[in-house]
Amino acid sequence: MTPGTAWVAVLATSAGCYLLKLAGLSVPERALDSPRVRAVGALIPVALLAALAAVQTFASGRGLAVDARAAGLAFAFVALLARLPFLVVVVGAAAVAAALRSLA
Amino acid sequence: MTDRADEDWATARRQVLRDAAGVGVAVGTYGVSFGVLSTSTGLSVAQTAALSVLTFTGGSQFALLGVLGSGGTPVSGTLAALLLGSRNALYGLRMAPTLDVRGARRALAAHLVIDESTAMAVSRDDPRSARLAFWATGLAVFACWNVATLVGALGAEALGDPATLGLDAAVGAAFLALLWPRLRDRGAPVVALVAVAVALALTPLLSPGVPVLVAGLVAVTVGLSWPSVRLAAEGGAP
Repeated sequence: MTPGTAWVAVLATSAGCYLLKLAGLSVPERALDSPRVRAVGALIPVALLAALAAVQTFASGRGLAVDARAAGLAFAFVALLARLPFLVVVVGAAAVAAALRSLA
Repeated sequence: MTDRADEDWATARRQVLRDAAGVGVAVGTYGVSFGVLSTSTGLSVAQTAALSVLTFTGGSQFALLGVLGSGGTPVSGTLAALLLGSRNALYGLRMAPTLDVRGARRALAAHLVIDESTAMAVSRDDPRSARLAFWATGLAVFACWNVATLVGALGAEALGDPATLGLDAAVGAAFLALLWPRLRDRGAPVVALVAVAVALALTPLLSPGVPVLVAGLVAVTVGLSWPSVRLAAEGGAP
């Protein structure tokens, strides 16, 4: 990825996300406000974040791998169950993965 | 009577502003993580800062760098970010009657329509407090998020090799942490498991980034056909 392509992605994402926010404030309230739309709206972030977490942890190029990242995610899972703050979850996951790699 | 009302408003106002500042500081910790992870993914400090100033919706920003970092194309990264950002349109719908803004104020308010500002506004009963909560939380989060992003991005340059530091594992943990509070929604655990299964099954078959998009769409479809979600979506049993 060249810096130019990255800029295009950054600016396209920014423009699109802004237009989505503006659309919500601008369209007549009843246009989209059905229970079905609200259910889809609540489920899209759940589906995408779950898929992103899985791919980020287990994908290795076009293959799948269980490595130090999985141990990091397992730590994050336990830390979230224990209601630890975001920063502890993220830094702890990195530390677990880093420690495993330094042992290997 | 007027004095009493003024006093009540002064108390309410102080509380709203204090809450807004608290949310801003809390969000700052996400901002530092975003700054570190974004630059370790290969985006420059300027690109990272631009994302936080211009995109200003954390989930979408993490989605873009997650897809780019795993070798996905900029197009699939942007699509994942926009899908995740679509919830802000629903927040906007919810906020429009309360804010009642036109022209330049609407253009400015739109940028601040995010999880935190909406959540803080809809939890207030009277419209004046709700409006103040929206603007105060939105601006506090904007300030903290951007300063924190810059601190993280500049700090990451001094840190060294991302894989040695386990930063690739931190991105997965960040997605799980963002997902966590949403798992209480109706049907959410089923949707999450379907999304994980589809995304991993498709990873060997499709180019990076695309499995996430397909998984998102399949999981939402499955979620909508799940009995309790379907009933609620059709306005039936709660």
